[in-house]
Amino acid sequence: MIALAQLRKLDRYIVPALVLAGWEAFSRSGALPAALLPAPSTVLWAWADWLVGTDGNTQTYSGHWLADMLASLSRVAAGFAIATVSGVGLGVAIGWSRKIEVVIEPTLQMLRPIPPVSWIPLAIIWFGIANKPAIFLVFLGAFFPILLNTIHGVKTCDRNLIRAGAMVGGSERKLLRYIVVPAAMPSIFAGLRIGIGSAWMLTVTAEMVAVKSGLGYVLWDSYYFLRYDLVLAAMASIGLLGFCSDLAIRTVMARVLHWQRNTTLRGGE
Amino acid sequence: MATIDITVVSKIFTDRKRNADVTALADINLSIARNEFVCLLGPSGCGKSTLLNMIAGFEQPSAGHVTVDGRPVTAPGADRGVVFQHANLMPWLPVWENVAFHLLLGGGQKAERRARAQVYIDMVGLTGFENHYPSELSGGMNQRVGIARALLMNPQVILMDEPFGALDEQTRMDMQTELVRIWQQHQGTIVFVTHGIDEALTLGTHVAVMSARPGRIVEIIPIDLPRPRDITSPQFNALKRHILALLRGERAEQERASA
Repeated sequence: MIALAQLRKLDRYIVPALVLAGWEAFSRSGALPAALLPAPSTVLWAWADWLVGTDGNTQTYSGHWLADMLASLSRVAAGFAIATVSGVGLGVAIGWSRKIEVVIEPTLQMLRPIPPVSWIPLAIIWFGIANKPAIFLVFLGAFFPILLNTIHGVKTCDRNLIRAGAMVGGSERKLLRYIVVPAAMPSIFAGLRIGIGSAWMLTVTAEMVAVKSGLGYVLWDSYYFLRYDLVLAAMASIGLLGFCSDLAIRTVMARVLHWQRNTTLRGGE
Repeated sequence: MATIDITVVSKIFTDRKRNADVTALADINLSIARNEFVCLLGPSGCGKSTLLNMIAGFEQPSAGHVTVDGRPVTAPGADRGVVFQHANLMPWLPVWENVAFHLLLGGGQKAERRARAQVYIDMVGLTGFENHYPSELSGGMNQRVGIARALLMNPQVILMDEPFGALDEQTRMDMQTELVRIWQQHQGTIVFVTHGIDEALTLGTHVAVMSARPGRIVEIIPIDLPRPRDITSPQFNALKRHILALLRGERAEQERASA
């Protein structure tokens, strides 16, 4: 029985292990020039040097991973924070007040279909080549999913709960604070999770074009120097960070939405 | 002086799909004194919930006016506690926070809210379930939370809209007994909407029998039976027969009118 339980725990590692093993075998078989698709072991070797500076094979990037990672992370954090505050704030206002909806929503719906990356030229003109255009793009990418999900959450708040709140003598502000916003929380978190994905996508894009630091910049720069092992290491780093930031949001969500644990199919997952 | 005064109240809804006006309530006059327990009894669609919602302030009459303690009703307020058909609890709050929701909105300290909530949690028999969430309780227990929440505001009037409608027979009878006990202990005016004749006769000091389309009050019957009420006693059955006749007579009249 114990062996079986341990086997179950291993379930999640089976597919990644097979993919890596197949990739390693394929790269070493010589079907493609080794430089075009570096084997996982080669990538790991380059990554290790980038991370802690083992043998200096990544040259100027040797031992710089932490700094590059923090540069990207700080852009994501800044843009995402601005998007969260404005998206949730505006979303609650639009969802609650028909008047505000009529005034603001059409404009936002016009701006929404414009891909955030198409703002890059303007972002560079306005903010120059530095952190600001990247933060601006991250904001654009994360803002709309957070906004739309917040609006949805507020609009679908059970009218009877608001009646119950009005019955106990709540003012409009109190009803928003104590009923509408908590009721919208599941939707808001759905928006945050979609938003954090867009945020990483746009940080990397911005770093390829408009900034001279961060994981996206390393990725693009390594491409110019034909270091595909480092390109892959950068890709893996971005994936890892995206996963960790989503995990962080999910952890907060599990705390905030713990009341949902027994009411839905799979709780707050 | 009457606590609740309803004076020639009518309510007309516009049915957009049929493009016609529907008279839900016509010329309702009802006067409810302090500490009375009035049951509004009638078939579905007779406007009894609409009448209750107008006392609560969720809806406005098309004509006439409703006053509570002499003041016209314009909006919901904490002087009138409402117990809804479905408990309408905040699913993200534990039982005690739901009971003390009135104090949360008022900005009370946590310790004080907790202590006040405990009094009413004990009163409705939910001691030990303070930290459970509504989803973890049965329908009857949720309804008790709803009652405790209304009681905590210490309102002049408690309005109940078929609060036991979704419960099974056994639980319903337990809840009725409990409600009468709370009402006797707590004092206050209760308006209770129901379509159950037994329920109305078990609970009320008065039963207001209503008819449907347009909703009117047919008769207000004072119930002088001793408590706890014996639903098998001859007096109980006599009253029941009388109410059944009223309701059937109404229906026969309607059928004649439409034939």
